[in-house]
Amino acid sequence: MRSIVLTKGVPDFSEGAVSFDEDGHLERGKTPTVMNPNDKFAVQAALQTRVRHGGHVSGMSMGPPGYADVLKEAMETVYTDDNYLLSDRELAASDTWATAITLCAGLETYQEEVGDIDIVFAGFKSADGETGQTGPQTAWAMDWPIVTHVLALDIDPDERVLRAKRLVEGDIDEIETVEVPLPCFVVTDPEFEPTYRKASHRLTHKQLRAETEERAADHEEHLTTWNHEDLNLDPDYIGLDGSPTIVSSVDPIPKAPSEREATMIDPGDEDEMSEMLEEMQPYATGAGD
Amino acid sequence: MSTESDDTGEYEHYEAVVVGCGPGGAAAAARLADHGVETLVLERGTEAGSKNVSGGLIYAEESAAYTIDDLFDGFREAAAERPVTDYHIHNIAGNKVKSYELTDLHEHDTDWCDAVLRRQMDSWLERRVHEKTSETGGGVLTDVRVNGLLRENGEIVGVTCDELDPIKADLIVGADGVNSELARDAGLMDWEEPDEWFQGVKAVVDMEPDVVNDRFGIDDDEGVAHLFSGDLFEDVRGGGFLYTNEDSLSIGTVFHLDSLVEENAEPHELLDALLTHPLLAQWLRDDYDEREYSAKLVPDSKKVAHPEPYQDRLVLVGDAAGQMQAQGPIIKGMNHAVTAGALAADAFVVTRDDAESEAAGRRYAQMLEKSGTMDKLRPRRYELSRGVGEHDLVESAVDRVLESRVGSLAVGNPIANGLLKRAYNSPFLVSMLPDTSTGYVTLPTVIGEQHGRTIHWGSEIEPPTLEERIGDLTYDTDVGNPHIELRDESAEASGAAVHACPVSAEDFGGGCYRSETVKTNGTEETLVSLDTQPCIECGTCAIVADTEWEHPRGGKGVEYREG
Ligand SMILES: Cc1cc2nc3c(=O)[nH]c(=O)nc-3n(C[C@H](O)[C@H](O)[C@H](O)COP(=O)(O)OP(=O)(O)OC[C@H]3O[C@@H](n4cnc5c(N)ncnc54)[C@H](O)[C@@H]3O)c2cc1C
Ligand code: SF4
Repeated sequence: MRSIVLTKGVPDFSEGAVSFDEDGHLERGKTPTVMNPNDKFAVQAALQTRVRHGGHVSGMSMGPPGYADVLKEAMETVYTDDNYLLSDRELAASDTWATAITLCAGLETYQEEVGDIDIVFAGFKSADGETGQTGPQTAWAMDWPIVTHVLALDIDPDERVLRAKRLVEGDIDEIETVEVPLPCFVVTDPEFEPTYRKASHRLTHKQLRAETEERAADHEEHLTTWNHEDLNLDPDYIGLDGSPTIVSSVDPIPKAPSEREATMIDPGDEDEMSEMLEEMQPYATGAGD
Repeated sequence: MSTESDDTGEYEHYEAVVVGCGPGGAAAAARLADHGVETLVLERGTEAGSKNVSGGLIYAEESAAYTIDDLFDGFREAAAERPVTDYHIHNIAGNKVKSYELTDLHEHDTDWCDAVLRRQMDSWLERRVHEKTSETGGGVLTDVRVNGLLRENGEIVGVTCDELDPIKADLIVGADGVNSELARDAGLMDWEEPDEWFQGVKAVVDMEPDVVNDRFGIDDDEGVAHLFSGDLFEDVRGGGFLYTNEDSLSIGTVFHLDSLVEENAEPHELLDALLTHPLLAQWLRDDYDEREYSAKLVPDSKKVAHPEPYQDRLVLVGDAAGQMQAQGPIIKGMNHAVTAGALAADAFVVTRDDAESEAAGRRYAQMLEKSGTMDKLRPRRYELSRGVGEHDLVESAVDRVLESRVGSLAVGNPIANGLLKRAYNSPFLVSMLPDTSTGYVTLPTVIGEQHGRTIHWGSEIEPPTLEERIGDLTYDTDVGNPHIELRDESAEASGAAVHACPVSAEDFGGGCYRSETVKTNGTEETLVSLDTQPCIECGTCAIVADTEWEHPRGGKGVEYREG
């Protein structure tokens, strides 16, 4: 089982040290960064999967070099084996779409260079942007099924399916159980709580913690940074220039169907990219299904 | 570990499951791992030691089959405080004190003896045990409370836990200490009679190493033990102790629980009586800084050490089996728990191929007997003298004689002085001392009066109040899930706990037990109420009140830093 956990940093509002530039854009470099609180549920889900089924967990984040600290935090709290930072000046101030595309490129680069991914875990929404769309958009871009609002999950590695209990929000909250084939995306709900009811799982957990203490001490050794060239991304379509979103309101998360035909897009191909961005526009402005 | 099915169905299986990581459990687990046995250790504390209290001097007896340093290399350097190089008993009558050196008794059958603090000691043991057991496919899990025995067709085959699915094992070691829920579940021990228990209460007092050296006249690698008896505890049977640690003192009291109940004594006040006695002022001066207040029950092996501490695949070791020896003023529980734990492991290994489920238990009981452990715990001569000593008539007759001028003069004459010192130092005699106030109160008081020197200074110590002591403790309260429930709130059934609970007191609203006067239809009734929040899990009210008593869930409740 190989999982990726997507995490991002958010400005540490608690410190009251948030800094904006003249145009009202957040100056990430000048604001202390911590792990997005909602990503903690995602990383816990990744850890639970690792403890129960073994395998490898990598952390991935897109952001300025300072996000290495966020990945370090992921290593310390959920014992990621290694971390990948997608970082480049060209990637600064991306909106969720550009971020999704970059992350998608990161995941594909990972598959090429490191290994096939079974599950990508993402947080609910970030504490700063509050869009909650990066996960679904990245899944959409990867054309993998996605399960959102996950409260509990169970994986059958032999059948290569993931069963999840998810919260269906409504007048009365309901819990439904869904089954998706691997590879897939999982977006955890803040109510997600990992459970370790088997002694062997707790022993594994303890073992991982001990191993991680050593690893986290020289965290840099386990960090790979990829820039837009490594990711084969065109700067025109990423970063601020490639961010089409004008945030008006934030609405339901588009739910990707479990089965869908994949359309591969070369991020270097200008036409293909514009076409794709056009297609995505309605979702991004909150008119999704 | 082998799993018989997936998440939904059956249970994980380990060759051995050890419940509790105190000295008994640690010894059993280390020895099992040394034999290559796959061993899982379950400990309810957030770290081993966080729930444990002892005086505590750990003895390595020359005659013991196993000592702690046999099983754990480097124990004394890494886990213990100071070795005891000097040993005294003080007989107190008012402000008159007669002291005897007890070194002979202390050194009898003693290879070495070190003071310990349990958080430091047990957490060190836990790490060593985890290293050892990890190598044979197991390990130590903390924050897990075992809540009962798993049975199949009426036979014990494993354990059930609050935090984990049930676990099966070929051997289950109940090393869960005093108030063992496993021993009770198996019907091997009950929690009925107060006269089968002592209650120990302790304060750890901060003191810089060079101040310890200076005030006790010792070097860095030396330590002292002082015991106290006489009338400073009024008529409550028991005594006090003071041991030196590296940078603190352990000062405490151990009383017969039945006596505490009979006298309506307040344990914290008895401790304060010791702390504020002028005798202690020479060491404490006026800068008293209490790091921690703690308490726990202690079984009296003479009465409760189970001769056959096993059932099916379950074996009990240490306090869980009542293996706590009060050898006169010397308290030996940790060392016996270690020996018993290691013997239980050996018994399992030699009977491994025997299909019969009680084979290990039976062999273990034989080994306890053969190694001489059982005779230390339940000396035959005590069994013989018990009937006599406990006879009220005999007791009061002896007391009357001692208290009379003739008797006092007899004990008080100069020849008696030498004899008394010899008597205190005789392991044979102290093991025969009946559990009456004669040995604990009357005799020491008379000795103090007749031979004692008067102390002419006072004490300036003001120990913290109960409220401050509770306030200084660390708790992780299991809100809405109290671990003790009062079954009968009448004063007759449960009123004794208001006094005997070490964190409760008459007229103190912040403790666990309170008594309230309720008026119904013109009649007044005294009822008892319980709030478990300040509970320090000593076990007292399991015996002296009518309760539904359990330990809190894993990691919940009080967390001792010193122990
Ligand atoms: C004030 C005082 C002074 C003492 N002085 C001395 C002394 O000087 N010398 C001496 O040798 N002895 C002394 N003793 C006695 C000594 O502390 C005990 O005899 C000794 O600790 C027994 O060891 P054990 O391993 O059997 O049990 P413990 O040390 O009590 O260990 C039991 C372990 O099991 C765990 N546990 C309990 N229930 C569960 C459960 N359901 N699930 C999981 N884990 C559980 C506990 O957290 C604990 O870690 C003293 C005791 C007291 C209270
Ligand atoms: S409530 Fe019971 S177990 Fe808790 S401290 Fe008081 S007497 Fe001890």
